[in-house]
Amino acid sequence: MSQFHFDLNSAINMDEPTKGPAPRWHKKGLDSSSSSINISLNNSLKPRSFSMNSNVTYKSPSRNNVKMGGEAAGGILKKTPSKTPSKTPSKTPKKSPGVLNLASPAKGRTPGGGDRFIPDRNATHFDLGHFKMLDEPLDVNMSPTQKDMQRNMMENLCGQDIDNARVLAFQKKAPAPPDGHINSMKVVYSQSKATLSAKAASSRYISQAPDRILDAPELVDDYYLNLIDWSPSNVLAVALGISVYLWNADSGTIDHLIDLEGSDYVSSVSWVQEGNVLAVGTSLGSVQLWDTESVKRLRNMEGHTARVGSLSWNSHILSSGCRSGQIIHHDVRLPEHNVMTLSAHTQEVCGLKWSPDSRYLASGGNDNLLNIWSASSGQLVANASTPLYSLSAHQAAVKALAWCPWHSSLLASGGGTADRHIRFWNCNTGVCLKSVDTMSQVCSILWSTNYKELVSSHGFAKNQLILWKYPSLSKNARRFCTLDGACDAIALACVRTLASSTGVLTHAHERRRANCLVSERRCQTVKRQLKRRPGSR
Amino acid sequence: MSQTQTRNAITLKGSAQLVTEYLNFGINSILFQRGIYPAENFRQELHFGLQIYVSTDEKINSFLDSVLGQIKEWLAAQKIKKMSMVITNIQTKEVLERWDFNLQYEKPETTTGTVDGKEEIYGKKEIKVIQSEIRSVLLQICSTVTALPLLDCPCAFDLLIYTPQDCEVPEMWDETEPCFIANSQEIQLRTFSTTFHKMSTIVSYKAE
Repeated sequence: MSQFHFDLNSAINMDEPTKGPAPRWHKKGLDSSSSSINISLNNSLKPRSFSMNSNVTYKSPSRNNVKMGGEAAGGILKKTPSKTPSKTPSKTPKKSPGVLNLASPAKGRTPGGGDRFIPDRNATHFDLGHFKMLDEPLDVNMSPTQKDMQRNMMENLCGQDIDNARVLAFQKKAPAPPDGHINSMKVVYSQSKATLSAKAASSRYISQAPDRILDAPELVDDYYLNLIDWSPSNVLAVALGISVYLWNADSGTIDHLIDLEGSDYVSSVSWVQEGNVLAVGTSLGSVQLWDTESVKRLRNMEGHTARVGSLSWNSHILSSGCRSGQIIHHDVRLPEHNVMTLSAHTQEVCGLKWSPDSRYLASGGNDNLLNIWSASSGQLVANASTPLYSLSAHQAAVKALAWCPWHSSLLASGGGTADRHIRFWNCNTGVCLKSVDTMSQVCSILWSTNYKELVSSHGFAKNQLILWKYPSLSKNARRFCTLDGACDAIALACVRTLASSTGVLTHAHERRRANCLVSERRCQTVKRQLKRRPGSR
Repeated sequence: MSQTQTRNAITLKGSAQLVTEYLNFGINSILFQRGIYPAENFRQELHFGLQIYVSTDEKINSFLDSVLGQIKEWLAAQKIKKMSMVITNIQTKEVLERWDFNLQYEKPETTTGTVDGKEEIYGKKEIKVIQSEIRSVLLQICSTVTALPLLDCPCAFDLLIYTPQDCEVPEMWDETEPCFIANSQEIQLRTFSTTFHKMSTIVSYKAE
């Protein structure tokens, strides 16, 4: 035992000549450094030493300071203030305080030297690495709700959280189908399609030829005028030069309504929504109301300075669009009929339509603008001096306007020859939902009330009527009537859907001017086209 | 434990077997009904009380055998989350249709019984009930086909298996990416449960 004691002592001595017994070294270490600071350090664990902190704090975290102070590493710190903070991270004193403290003061500034290999742990930044590892999963930029959202999106997209799933596939793939293999189901699909279309064709006959052609001599050949209107009571009003004629579609009788005097001519006609009052706009800028039953003029309303090319009724309000670009709301009940003037167009207003629910007024002008005006609740006039939306997508005059009967605030508008597009607008947001190139000037548009379809009439270059299915805009029976292409025809069409006792008829009528090509018949014709509905004959 | 109960009930292994059979016949009838392979390569067989068209093409069958064999192992080990059958256009590699077979593992109310001296855990549901559930899903697969668009081009199919991260990739298998269909619509089919596995089937296809 005694021998062992002796050996142990000598071993310690030989191994580390400077190393004495721990308490002794401790004393020595304290002695070697300036004792005043050490004492202050040791004593000032709680109050903190200022001299120490001033050297170190800005480089190493404060907890290290306290620890180092506690372990009496102050001597080294004092000697090499610039080096020590990086050299003595919190870990080393924590883990092996004895060894470090024993070794370092004796050897001065080289703790890693000597006969043993001590890896330079200080350079490896364990703390930083540890922090990074822990930190990564908590993405700083993402709030918990964002992370939830991301996860939910992922689950919706993939059916599950893809992060903790693995997608595996067998290396040897299934063989490809033999060459030239045609899906046998094609027969089924094409057959069913064929029968469907055959059925549709048999149940719904769309006439390719006009049902009736009305002579329309002296019809003014002007794209900007609205010269035809079909009343709910099935009477067609046609303006021919200075006259307005009424053609009763039920009986086929023709009545002469007006003859204007002088150089004046009729520039627009519009039926009131209910009843037998016809509004007539003239080239001199007056708007007249006619009772067609008694063939009597009810009122003459002045106000415009140029011809009135468009009219639209909204209950007792009649809105009229003028060549000057002004739109006037006339309250037909009041002596002072002019209740409001809108002037947002700079050129002729050729399209004017109130929406069926009276909430919006759409106006299209020769300045390529489509304006949407809103009529606030309880008011029947579109107020404010500026339109709700001013849409400039069309590249030509906007004449064809139609509100969708089944979808409130859906508006279809068609542009002139330079534009050729039909556009569909959501008037709540002013967003263009769809647009389609029709390849020819759009003269008018009418929605069907029975099918999700609309029909458009076109002038130059193709002179045709096109029937569209609405959401898809596939031309299911495109060009069911093509006008005589040889003549320089301007087609203006107006289509009305009427409920008749036998069923539902869609009347498409249009007029065109046939230039001298068709022999002496310099007359113009109004074609009326019947689209027979199922059950009607 | 009454003898009849154990005979009609299902074990975990049996459940894996049943689900694998469902996948097999489901895939086969999709291959036939969607016209991915010529109809001459299929033969009618009676399974689950239904006439099901099963492929006679050796290559297809060996592919299905090896994949489904692996799936069965995973099912028993509860290591599979989902299987997707992806139908792609051969030329453009565009994904046209995806049949998702989503799996959930259920902790059934079980009873234990002994078969051949071995202890087995049995679910409470009768096999016949499960089979009739599977039958209705298989019928639905056939009827859904009419609602799907025509695959008017040569198509290939592949099976993707979704497993947990810790699952080992066996030999001959590769990790791939999940397939998505742009602008897709989905039809959810019926769900059946074997008390161990709950299988829900969804087909998503490219909307026109």
